[in-house]
Amino acid sequence: MSVIIILIIVSVLVAAGFLLAFLWTVKTGQLDDDYTPSVRILFEENLEAEKISETDPSVIEKKDK
Amino acid sequence: MLPETCYHCGLKSVTTIQIKEKYFCCEGCQLVYTLLAENGLCQYYDLTNLPGLTSKGHFVSSKFNYLDNLAIQEQIIQFKLIDQVHVTFYLPQIHCISCVWLLENLHKIKPGVIYSKTHFEKKEIKIIFNPSLISLKELVQLLTFVGYEPVIHLGGNDWLKKKKINKKQLYKIGVAGFCFSNIMMLSFPEYLSNDAIELGALRHFFIYINLLLSLPVLFFCSSDFFISAYTGLRQKWLNIDTPIALAIAVTFIRSVYEILSQSGFGYLDSMSGIVFFMLIGRWFQDKSYDSFVFDRDYNSFFPLGVTVLVQGKEVNKPLAELVKSEIVLIKSDEIIPADAILLTEGGFVDYSFVTGENAPIEVQVGQLVYAGGIQKGRSIELEVVKAVGQSYITELWNNPLLQNEKNVEKSFVHPWSQYFTMVLFAIAISAGVYWSIYDTHKILPAVTAVLIVACPCSLLLTVTFTYGNVLRGLGKRKLYCKNAAVIEAIHKIDTIVFDKTGTLTNHQDAQLEYIGKVLNEEELIAIKSVTRESLHPLSKMITQFLQIKVVGLTDFQKIENFIGKGTKANCGEYEIMIGSISFLNSYHIFTDSEFVGSAVYLAINGVFKGVFKINHLYRKGIDELVNQLKNSGYHLHLLSGDHSTEKENLLKLFGAAIPMLFEQSPSDKLHYIQELQNKGHRVMMIGDGLNDAGALQKSNVGIAVNDQTHLFTPASDAILEGGQIYLLGDLINYAKKAKFIITIIFILSIFYNLLGMYYATTAKLSPMVAAILMPISSISIVALTVLLSYTFSSKIRA
Repeated sequence: MSVIIILIIVSVLVAAGFLLAFLWTVKTGQLDDDYTPSVRILFEENLEAEKISETDPSVIEKKDK
Repeated sequence: MLPETCYHCGLKSVTTIQIKEKYFCCEGCQLVYTLLAENGLCQYYDLTNLPGLTSKGHFVSSKFNYLDNLAIQEQIIQFKLIDQVHVTFYLPQIHCISCVWLLENLHKIKPGVIYSKTHFEKKEIKIIFNPSLISLKELVQLLTFVGYEPVIHLGGNDWLKKKKINKKQLYKIGVAGFCFSNIMMLSFPEYLSNDAIELGALRHFFIYINLLLSLPVLFFCSSDFFISAYTGLRQKWLNIDTPIALAIAVTFIRSVYEILSQSGFGYLDSMSGIVFFMLIGRWFQDKSYDSFVFDRDYNSFFPLGVTVLVQGKEVNKPLAELVKSEIVLIKSDEIIPADAILLTEGGFVDYSFVTGENAPIEVQVGQLVYAGGIQKGRSIELEVVKAVGQSYITELWNNPLLQNEKNVEKSFVHPWSQYFTMVLFAIAISAGVYWSIYDTHKILPAVTAVLIVACPCSLLLTVTFTYGNVLRGLGKRKLYCKNAAVIEAIHKIDTIVFDKTGTLTNHQDAQLEYIGKVLNEEELIAIKSVTRESLHPLSKMITQFLQIKVVGLTDFQKIENFIGKGTKANCGEYEIMIGSISFLNSYHIFTDSEFVGSAVYLAINGVFKGVFKINHLYRKGIDELVNQLKNSGYHLHLLSGDHSTEKENLLKLFGAAIPMLFEQSPSDKLHYIQELQNKGHRVMMIGDGLNDAGALQKSNVGIAVNDQTHLFTPASDAILEGGQIYLLGDLINYAKKAKFIITIIFILSIFYNLLGMYYATTAKLSPMVAAILMPISSISIVALTVLLSYTFSSKIRA
């Protein structure tokens, strides 16, 4: 029976991982805008812009605060 | 020649500008197209049909000179490094995919732009740029050039605060959801074991994990309920959060007691479930409209900076530093920032937003112009006579009637919850008395069970979800309410006061009409050539009117402008005289046809030909709306800042029984609302401009009517898009349905409570019954709310 204890601890930890992921998405503002990203993904030849937006904003968001 | 559709903005016009097979209505559109084409950004035109914005009149390059001022820059810039500057602008023009695409490709037009990201729903753009390659002013000019003029005003950081509150709510929902689902899962063995399986040590393990998981729910997630209950109690007032906080606390204490005394399992699952559902309900109701600001004052109407003349030189300075007797330079389409005296000729001031007058007013040298007017002619110089905060229009904000906050009325839900709480205590006490006679061991279980079961969380859920749905239903029809309290205020309205200019009429759709003898094409071309030379706003309208009728221009031999009167010109064989009736009379040309309102009289070769008359169009469906509201028993009133020239038309629309007042100043309007309220009426004010700002604020429900082009809406409770005003009656009815829905569902939730109460008073409430009753009641309530509010909202006309 004691294996259940381990399994339950693991399952709660997995769930806690998802909770942390959710909190992280809220904190970094990924849920702020639920429309523009769906449009943005359809634009062609946007590779350059994406590279920039991947490197810069993370640095920026932290400095903002 | 037929009018062609402009490739950029879609405006129909007769033009001569053509590139390959693409036609353009004006130079502005063509320039924007060329800029995009040069930078390989023509995909802009493929993503959406006719995405462009008319860029007419937005080419005053010196308009943003004030952005060179460092003090102003500091208020706009969010973050600054040597090689990068961060700014966020509000661009109300964002409306389609093409906008997003173009704005996010700004770096292709100007290399100085490092990064730009739009937020479609907030209509915001965040830009990072390199200040050594492009200045803030150039950036704003670029945005304006492609058609997206940023709205820049002071105090733009309010949204930051709002965002933080919103995030905290989401954290709480996340944590509550996590704890609730795990507690629920770990409780299953207890529900189903029925003592057939020996759980042994596992049982204690589950219970203690549950207890651990319930701590964040109690101390973090439900803190809002406790705070609100506490503030309510301090004001000696039982709000709906009081019984809820009590239920949460009692549930937790009893569960801890059962667990520690090893007498039971507790009700931690139900407790965390209730908190989770209620948090979702609150969040659902509080979802706000990010792109609207409801509490603007005059500061955000005026520009940030002004151009001041110091010894003949133009200097830019922040508006706040403008002092008396300075000389300001105001260009065409700029807002006059302070009461001032006109020093140079050419003042045509549009006061429609300030006073409600329809037509632009001509101002002579030496006359006073009031802050808030918009200059429509050429550039003028003004001497400031009053500081910005003391001008005629801003004084309205200092009116003592506006000093006290609008009394927030207590929601009808609160008295209900008060009765609810009293009944609840009565039942709890009688259950306690009953069991003290028959079985003293059951006193505590029965009393606490009553408090747990009877938590009015279903009432709270009903209220939050209903208001959330109604707010969304109204938002779909473009009536954006500030919060749920507005819906309750609408219930109680019995009087509706309308403004005229901009509310019932439309600023943009002023329609020109020619009444008189038929003119041939040559004559029309000659008239167009003459009116084109004049800066008078009415001349501009005539030029535009003729633009789509005839093409080409002719030369004229002689032209004389009489400012404020008219123009006399010789064009080939025609001698054109165009202007006011007194202007023609002075040349001994007379006519019988007198027109009220704005009209321009025309004579050719000394013979009266006809009149160009400006009709301000009423928005569609006003007559129907008036009838609908009258039939529903509302008292209607009309307050206009304009002259009574439109009275006949308004009588037709409103009927004779409706009180109509004209030439009302902003404070007249405010006092009128106050008087109505003193007589015991509850007033809804519908207006649009600065002149209605006081009345909107004083009224019980102030609805600001907004056309996209007017970027400023005065402080109000709700914002309605101008074209939707005909729906107002339906929307009011819909908002009123909210109370009906809540009443129905409240009855249902009382049924659930009675069922639970049966178990509670008989001291039979097992965790399992509680765990089943809680989600079933919550989910069925939410489902029914959604169903009812959807049914009612589908009854509104499209």
